[in-house]
Amino acid sequence: MSESELAGELTSNLGEKVLELKQPSPNNIFVTIRPEDITEVVKVVWDGMQSRFAIVTGMDVPGAIEVLYHFVFDEKHTVVTLKTSVDKPFPEIESITPIIPGAEWIEREVHDLLGVKFRNHPRLERLILADDWPEGVYPLRKEYIPKDPNE
Amino acid sequence: MSHRTLIPVGPYHPLQEEAEFFQLHVEGETVVDMDVRISYNHRGIEKLCESKTFDQVPFVVERVCGICSASHPLAYVQAVETIVGEPVPERALYLRTIVNELERIHSHMLWLGLAGHFIGYNTVFMWAWRYREPVLDLLELITGSRINYANCKVGGVRADADLDSEQLAATVKAMDELQGPMEMLTNAVLDDPVLHARLKGVGVLTKEDARRYGCAGPTSRGSGVPYDVREHDTYAAYDRLDWKTIVRDEGDVFAKTVVRCLEILESIKMIRQAAKEIPGGPIDAEYREIPEGEACGHVEAPRGETFHYVRSIGNNYPYRHKIRAPSYVNVPSFKATCIGQPISDVCITLAAVDPCYSCTERMAAVRDVRSGKKTLNFHDLIHLSQEKTRSLMRDPSTALGALSLSKGFKG
Repeated sequence: MSESELAGELTSNLGEKVLELKQPSPNNIFVTIRPEDITEVVKVVWDGMQSRFAIVTGMDVPGAIEVLYHFVFDEKHTVVTLKTSVDKPFPEIESITPIIPGAEWIEREVHDLLGVKFRNHPRLERLILADDWPEGVYPLRKEYIPKDPNE
Repeated sequence: MSHRTLIPVGPYHPLQEEAEFFQLHVEGETVVDMDVRISYNHRGIEKLCESKTFDQVPFVVERVCGICSASHPLAYVQAVETIVGEPVPERALYLRTIVNELERIHSHMLWLGLAGHFIGYNTVFMWAWRYREPVLDLLELITGSRINYANCKVGGVRADADLDSEQLAATVKAMDELQGPMEMLTNAVLDDPVLHARLKGVGVLTKEDARRYGCAGPTSRGSGVPYDVREHDTYAAYDRLDWKTIVRDEGDVFAKTVVRCLEILESIKMIRQAAKEIPGGPIDAEYREIPEGEACGHVEAPRGETFHYVRSIGNNYPYRHKIRAPSYVNVPSFKATCIGQPISDVCITLAAVDPCYSCTERMAAVRDVRSGKKTLNFHDLIHLSQEKTRSLMRDPSTALGALSLSKGFKG
């Protein structure tokens, strides 16, 4: 699939912060970046390029947690996903909530379900898990097997 | 310094009635700060989807929400279809459009009715719900079910949702019949002095805040954000139909109401056109396997953009399936809209984003922090809101009051 105009803009605006850029379909662009660059890249993509923040996805992959930041470019009919991965057993990344207030809940959710620590998050308290849920058990990690209610 | 009171609202929501907890910090009658706690009913659907096959997932995700039960599966199947990269038959795209627009009409009408009820204006409630009923009947006629349509599948729509000419004719007829009453209802809402008095200038969400919180759907389009996924990342058959995105700049509850009313009229137009122009042919692309890959799919649900991300590693099961419902980004904007409002307006401001819960009436209690004595409950909160409308109508110094009293309103 050939790359679109938006892919070109991302490459020129982000420069060497782009490790890899893929466009598997016309309206999906995936940009791989280093975790330490996340706040600077988000400033460029959200504030500089005026995209709309959609959501963050956390994903358990062998050895690491992948954190994906989805931004929608409505005018360009494209979803841009920033991909980065943080190593287990202590995944940590800078919070983007100070830049985008709308990211507060989802960062708390990823912290709850996958155990990613977001540095400088204004309030990294539980959002999804119950108050009596045991510490250090992350239900969205692959090693967590839900109890079968029928057993 | 004035006395600050904490008012817990919930964990049962005062309006849409599923568990959610708001703590209002109040000085006198005015809300000065608020806190939200969610996830009393987290069902772990994302985890559950990892153990279902690609074809089973639509049945799970349509249960994310009983009202958006066409939008969630559609966003998911669009993500999977992007991974596969093969086109879906035209006829299936039209059928998806019809079902999704019927869903929007019934959802917006449900909201309109509830909003009317909570400001003490039950006429709107009766009208809206009476005209919503034929829409549900139509959904049953087309998909076999009033909710949870089980209509959308990866690669097309399900066979039993195929329409014969009689069903299509019934659809066009029902839309023709709905047009008149909806225009009447919309005009009544736009001109109504009660709604003007209670909704204008209330719970204003600025364009800037809508962007900061990432708000979607009528919530952001009522604040001048001109985006609609149907237009800006078009899918199904929307690019073949004649319609326009509704935007209002004011940002108050009234603007959101107007956006929803006008969207219903646009939907009626779209359904009628789609039912007339639907092409023949197959309704399913019959994919054999889902290759490795990842993609995002998004759909304009009644409440705003619903966003799904799917990763496939080449087997039968999604490796990860992320779901973001529109209320997840709309609800946090309460922090921007409720602060500075009197308590009696919080009720309708909370309702204005149409938060997505199922509907069973529960309770909310308000306690005074000093004495711990219960002072207000759920019914009191609605009563406060309804009482405000009545008091406005009794007060000759307001425009509404002058009008009501001249027409013989006794309160």
